[in-house]
Order: sequence, then structure tokens, then C-alpha cells
Amino acid sequence: MADKTLFDKLWDAHVVRKGEQGPDVLYIDRHLIHEVTSPQAFAGIEQRGVPLFRPKQTIATADHNVPTLDQHLPIKEELSRKQVEALKANCEKYGVELYGLGHQNQGIVHVIGPELGITQPGMTIVCGDSHTSTHGAFGAIAFGIGTSEVEQVFATQCVLQSKPKSMRIEVNGKLKKGVSAKDIILYIISKISTSGGTGYFVEFAGSAFEDLSMEGRMTVCNMSIELGARGGIIAPDQTTFDYVKGRDFAPKGKEWDKNLAYWKTLVTDADATYDKVLSFDAADISPMITFGTNPAMGIKIADIVPSLNGDQSFKKALEYMQVDAGASLKGKTVDYVFIGSCTNARIEDLRAVAKVVNGHKKADNITAWIVPGSKRVEAQAIEEGLDKIFVEAGFELRQPGCSACLAMNDDKVPEGKYCVSTSNRNFEGRQGPRSRTMLASPETAAATALKGYITDASEYLN
Amino acid sequence: MEKFIKLISPIVPLTLENVDTDQIIPARFLKSTSRDGFGENLFRDWRFDKEGVENKDFVLNRVKEAEVLVAGKNFGCGSSREHAAWALVDYGFKVVVSSFFADIFKGNALNNGLLPVQVSEDFLQAIFDNNGEVEVDLENQKISIVATGQVESFEISAYKKHCLVNGLDDIDFLLSNKTEIEKFEKSRI
Repeated sequence: MADKTLFDKLWDAHVVRKGEQGPDVLYIDRHLIHEVTSPQAFAGIEQRGVPLFRPKQTIATADHNVPTLDQHLPIKEELSRKQVEALKANCEKYGVELYGLGHQNQGIVHVIGPELGITQPGMTIVCGDSHTSTHGAFGAIAFGIGTSEVEQVFATQCVLQSKPKSMRIEVNGKLKKGVSAKDIILYIISKISTSGGTGYFVEFAGSAFEDLSMEGRMTVCNMSIELGARGGIIAPDQTTFDYVKGRDFAPKGKEWDKNLAYWKTLVTDADATYDKVLSFDAADISPMITFGTNPAMGIKIADIVPSLNGDQSFKKALEYMQVDAGASLKGKTVDYVFIGSCTNARIEDLRAVAKVVNGHKKADNITAWIVPGSKRVEAQAIEEGLDKIFVEAGFELRQPGCSACLAMNDDKVPEGKYCVSTSNRNFEGRQGPRSRTMLASPETAAATALKGYITDASEYLN
Repeated sequence: MEKFIKLISPIVPLTLENVDTDQIIPARFLKSTSRDGFGENLFRDWRFDKEGVENKDFVLNRVKEAEVLVAGKNFGCGSSREHAAWALVDYGFKVVVSSFFADIFKGNALNNGLLPVQVSEDFLQAIFDNNGEVEVDLENQKISIVATGQVESFEISAYKKHCLVNGLDDIDFLLSNKTEIEKFEKSRI
């Protein structure tokens, strides 16, 4: 038998029926849903009169539009409240487990999946959200789907998918001090563009990824969609197994041993080939920041904004951001700092911020929000006393949700204001109409909040 | 889903590249629980200023009554929101032409009877330069510029073509595989 990539092995193991002149019927192990992209899919199966095929493999939470203040009160904004209520009603009707507002397991869908042990190596996982790629960090095939596909999974626990091409991105060597997982992925995106991965599923490999914690790996895989790739995957190893073991939904006892034996086979065979291979040197990566309106428009904080004469999209982006080609962003005054999102709102991210801001105060010109990724992250932060560090530094610790990453709720950056954000997208208006987003690591965001202008965190990390 | 066979239409030329789904439909307009009405907020922040007044410079406000949107490469990148496809369809588009589409958007479009037509960079430029009517023929998988007669073929999977031409969707097909799906589940235990 020919050597296979990890992705090939998992894909092939989930094909119910191979498409001859079209897509494969791919079986889905776990389906995560939330309030924004599920209601039309529930309405769809209702209209067809078909049941939800496998409710036990479906898990719901409310995250995208929920307020991050006063979550114990009814949601004030009517449309958001209706969406959350519709999710609750649908979950009750179809027998789906819901971790709604106030539940101890509630949080951003891509944060709770891993922390509850729902996400496991070898699985296929989908959700009506492009950042479902996050779960690939466990050696799972995980990708975002549209609502029509959510309906497909409801009806049949399968999606129709054409198998993507394969790409391997290797990063070897040791990272410099102060360089985080976020910097690695922003660096890669800046090198290969937001469409460089389109049509591919990416396997991240090499010592730089092996050295990362599970949370760091999740940050990397989370943003594989920003390369245009459907998803990213990292082969599971001892770090993965140690993370999964003992979590609520993780297999126990004999089941654990059986699964572990299988998970250990989830590696790319030595002679397997990819459609494309890229490699980078970890030592070349530095703390990154974006200057434009897509995640590939990123530079090392120490570098200057490039120029791309004659490119109208590039010019429009610089005008929107009000930054000049040839200028340095270091020292640029900003207005907001947002620590949150499925990219960087896990406990290690909060610890990284606390390490930088401990004993310091934010600058007066900065509004700083910290939105934990889940109730469990929030509880853990409080248990470790991080909440006190944040409050003393003048940061506002809010309640879990997607928040200002996509600004569906009230957490909006005002028009024209700059926000250094640990989230994943700097598109025009992403954090509020006409707001300006600069993506960075939690460390960079924290240091920027202290100074009031774009700052490399290195001076706080010694 | 409406059947798609062939059309001739003027175009809306959106020459920008990397148009993301947050521009097509901003997140704050995703709060409906139905599939309808999203066209109203299509390209909201490019079409209207903050007071809700039409921006006369934006191409969608200059060309009305067109069923074909032609956009720069990497159209539909970003979020998986199917609302982007719903908004385009609700507004009246039946075809989107670009030299490159983001994966999820492309799938969402096809699932809603919106035909994504991928053309070469050169042909895209020719469409922009001509800025007149195009003919899109799904049966023969050809797109042509009416005024000049320039033609290019485009790819679509035989399965998806069958769905579009007949107005069928994936769920009908998947449901017909139920026995195999159950068999697959049993084989894994």
C-alpha cells in the first residue's frame, strides 16, 4: 500500500461513499453548533420533515452574539436574544446538549470543544464557523461549513466534500525569545498570502510546532483558514495525549487504551508525498503586527510598512488604515486593546498577558478588554488570581464570548479607532463599522496597552 | 432551489481583490433566523455611508439590474457565513465571476444556486475592460463577452452541474445514502 499522509489516512477512514464525478460522502464524528449559523439549518430539516440523525454527536453553545457583561440578565438586544432563544428551543426539540449562557461549560465553540475533551485525535469535526480549523491541532480533520452543510450533517451526519489537495508547512528550529504561536502563523500568512492555501488542507510539521503547547498549536491551526486553507492539522503526540487525558468527554479506562493505540498511528508515513511543501526557519520569525485589511498584510514589529505601487486593493487598505508605506508601526498610538477570540483567549493567553502587565498600569489613552474564551477559562483565571492583576492594570475582564472579534454584540471598536487585537481578522469594519484592527500576539497586545502605542513585549519579558 | 441553465446579463464590475465575506455582509446583520432579506445589507458599508445614504461612487449603486457580479481574485475569503451567498442571491445575482474563489464561499454559492465562474486572469481583465454584457452557459460550461465574442470555458463538477441544472440540493442526495451511512457506522464499532 502506498504511503499516506496523516490527512489522507483520516479522510479515507471517513469516506462513506466515494464520489465518482463529484464530492465524497464524508462521515462526521462531532458537529459543533452555535446560534448564528444553525437556525436556518434547523428550519431546513423541519421543512423536509426529517429528524436530526445523530443528536448525541452534536453539541451546542451560544457564543457569537452574546453580551460579555451581565450574562445573568436577559439579552437586551432583541435580535440577538431571539437567536439565542431559537438555539435553546431547537436544542430542546431535537435533543441536542446545549451549553448556553450561564452554563459552566459555555464559551467560544472552538475553546470549549478541546477543553471538554470533545475534540479528539482522529476525528472529523465540523461547525458552521470557519475557525473550526482550530481542532486540527489534535490531529483531527476539522473545517468550517456553511449553513446548508450544517443541515446536511443534521440530516445525515455526513457532508458532501471534494477532497482538498495536500500541503505541508514545516517550521524547524528554535523560536526566539518572546515569539509566540500567533507570531508563527501571522508570519506564515504574510509569506504566502490569504489565498496561498486555498484548495489545500495544510499539515503543520517540524520542531517549532512540536515544541508548542496544545494551546499554541490551536492558535496556529485556528488561523489556517486565513491562508485560504480549509483546515490545518498537526500530528498528535505525547503533548496531545496528555492534554486530552482525563477531560470530561475523553475516553476512560480500557476505551482510553484502545483509542491511544490508534492515535499513535496517526502520523504521516515516511514516503508520503504532498501536492506542495513549504518550509521556514523558526529563527527568522519575530513578533508580528498587521498593517492592512487582511491577515496577510503583516510585518515584523521592527520592520516598515511595504509599498506595492499600482495595486488598488493594497492602496485602498493603507488608506482605510491610515498608515503610510515606508513608515514604522512601532510607536504608533492606538486606542483599544482586545484580548480574546478563538485564536487567543485560552488560559495560557491570559497568563501571558498577566505576565506582561503584572504590576503595571495601562496607558490612559487605551481601553483594554479581556474576554476569556470560556467559563472554564474565566474560572481558572480567577482561581490563579489573574483577574486581580488585570483589574490593577486597568483592564476590563469581561464574560466569555466571541465579542469584539466580530463585533456582533455591543463590543465594538468605534469608527476610526485603532485596536491591537489578538483575534484573527483585520478586515474592514470587522471590529465595528470603520474600525481599524491590527492583529498581534497576546504579549504584544498587552505591552501595547501599557505603553499606549505599538510595542514589542520584549522589555517586559526579561 | 431555482434551476440554472443560461443567461445574458450586464455585469457589476468590482475590481478589488480579496473581497471578504465581512464586506459582502457585515456580522452585525447576521441576526436573522431565516434565509431571506440579506440583500438589503449586501456590501452594506461600501454601499452606504454611516447615515445610510448611498455612496454614489460604489459600483453597485451605479449599475443596477445586473445578474452577474465580476470581482477581483480571491473573492469570498474569510468567514464561512452562508449569509454572504444568501445576500448575493437575495439582491438578484445569479452568477459571480472571479479569477479565484475562497473554498467555503464557493461551496455555499453552489448550495444556493449561485454559480461561481472561475476564469483566467486575462479573461477577467477582458471582462472588466469590455464592461458590457456576458453570456453564461452552464450546459456547455462557457462564458463569453457578448460584444467581442471572446469565450472561455469554466470548470464545475458533473455532480454540481447536475444539481444546478435540475434545481436539486445535496441533502436529497445524502438522504438517498442513508443505508450506506448506517452500514458505515456499524462497521466502525
